[in-house]
Amino acid sequence: MSGAALPRRDPAWLGRVFWIGAALVLLWPMLVATEFKPWALFSAESRRPTLQFLAAFIPPAVGGEFLWLVARETWRTVAIATAGITLALVIAIPATLMSTRVLSVSALSGRMAPGPAVLRQFLRWTLVLLRSIPELVWALVFVRVVGLGPTAGVLAIALTYGGMLGKVYGDILESGETPATRNLLANGSGRLQAFAYGLLPQNAAELTSYTVYRWECAIRSSVVLGFVGAGGLGQQLDNSTKMFAGGEVATMLLVFVALVALADRASSWLRRALA
Amino acid sequence: MKPDRIEVAANAPHRLPPPLFDARCKACWFGAGLVVLVVASFWSLDLQWRAFLSLDAARSMARFVGEFFPPDVSAAFVRKVAFASIETLAMSALGTLIAAVGGLLLALPASRTHEGDAARARAPTRLLLNALRAVPELVWAALLLISAGLGPFAGTLALALHTTGVLGRLFAEAIENAPQSPAAALRTQGVGAVRVFAYATLPQVLPQLISYTLYRWENNIRAAAILGVVGAGGLGQLLAFHMGLFQMGKTATVLVAMLLLVALVDATSYATRRALAR
Repeated sequence: MSGAALPRRDPAWLGRVFWIGAALVLLWPMLVATEFKPWALFSAESRRPTLQFLAAFIPPAVGGEFLWLVARETWRTVAIATAGITLALVIAIPATLMSTRVLSVSALSGRMAPGPAVLRQFLRWTLVLLRSIPELVWALVFVRVVGLGPTAGVLAIALTYGGMLGKVYGDILESGETPATRNLLANGSGRLQAFAYGLLPQNAAELTSYTVYRWECAIRSSVVLGFVGAGGLGQQLDNSTKMFAGGEVATMLLVFVALVALADRASSWLRRALA
Repeated sequence: MKPDRIEVAANAPHRLPPPLFDARCKACWFGAGLVVLVVASFWSLDLQWRAFLSLDAARSMARFVGEFFPPDVSAAFVRKVAFASIETLAMSALGTLIAAVGGLLLALPASRTHEGDAARARAPTRLLLNALRAVPELVWAALLLISAGLGPFAGTLALALHTTGVLGRLFAEAIENAPQSPAAALRTQGVGAVRVFAYATLPQVLPQLISYTLYRWENNIRAAAILGVVGAGGLGQLLAFHMGLFQMGKTATVLVAMLLLVALVDATSYATRRALAR
């Protein structure tokens, strides 16, 4: 194909061969640690149930009663996400108001007083802690305390997303223009007034847009939370998988993908309207 | 009375606050819809506040938290947790690696590289990538347990499938956006498609592909830590196992290991990003 004048051999082959060899040596322990045995997928005892399960995918289950159940569980998934985000706001908004450095009166004249500085730092660390425990772990803990059902899911979303929203709200408020707020505070307005008339108007669109984005994420994670027993579509999906009911799994996967796509559309439409 | 009323009428337009709801105001409809959604959510969920907020619940919650202490730090168990952490890291690394290779293989048919490219496979491949991406890792893991059995192998495959969807799409975008003149120069010389890709397109997009892959790896370590909750290996499986047996001291150790792992990954990625940005 190429002309005779071109060199036939890749001039960098030595380096390439070396790095491929090194990568294979590094890969070996990983293959052992993850018990990576692809041939196990095709052994007789795993092939039969897999094929049966996959064959049952077609046709998807469309019984009237089952569809009604799926619709109810889908609504519950959305409701868990919405209620969770609402409670997350209950955590995030006060935490943001208390921890935003821009709203500090003592910081107007140089350094922030030690008391408020400690309180703000403490609140920030609390938010970081809430956020860094995955919502699935929170859900596992709450399922133990309040039992199976949507309460655990709502609380798990509320705590994790409360931490996330509080942290990001603080960052948004502090990254904007602050002179108006500081001016208000210096002229004797209260913190809440300075927030409502100085900080909020210029940051409202960004704050709302981030909240909508997180609501979309919460819908996705509320499906996942169902797998540990926190109600909604995930719990039904888990049950059907364990019963090898392929048709039901197929229907629910389709509904789930449609739900995520719909939330994605709604959220990007809202955020474009806000921008 | 009479002059008073006239005065009120004259000032009325300025004194009245704007109406709370106006059929032509989009934000009002949006706000009303939001209120309805939130109220309907709380109303339909039959949340057990009583079970959660009562004195009884507070006491059982306190007992529950108290059981976490002291964490189990016996040498044998710490070794087990350390091994599970390594297993988590290996799952995430291998899953990401498979996904990078699979993503690249799928990104090629999913991208239109030049004007004359018919790219017939573009739409179906993109559909496949979207489907892989739309199902979360945990759902993949739960489904794969049927064919791969309990253990880290199912988790690795689950991470690989989801990440293939994510990376394939990103890779396809990168390949389509790469400057086309080097490839066009080789193509007019009569060089075949494979070598055009290997020597013209790939070297240009490689740094971008590697940075996408590393970013996903960071995400996958976090995902791998909790994936085991459905039985797919790593720290999550240990967590679910000991929590199921109410061995809270051991659960606490696993939780601490999980937090440390995530914090370590966050710190490393933050440091790397700063070093690269400088």
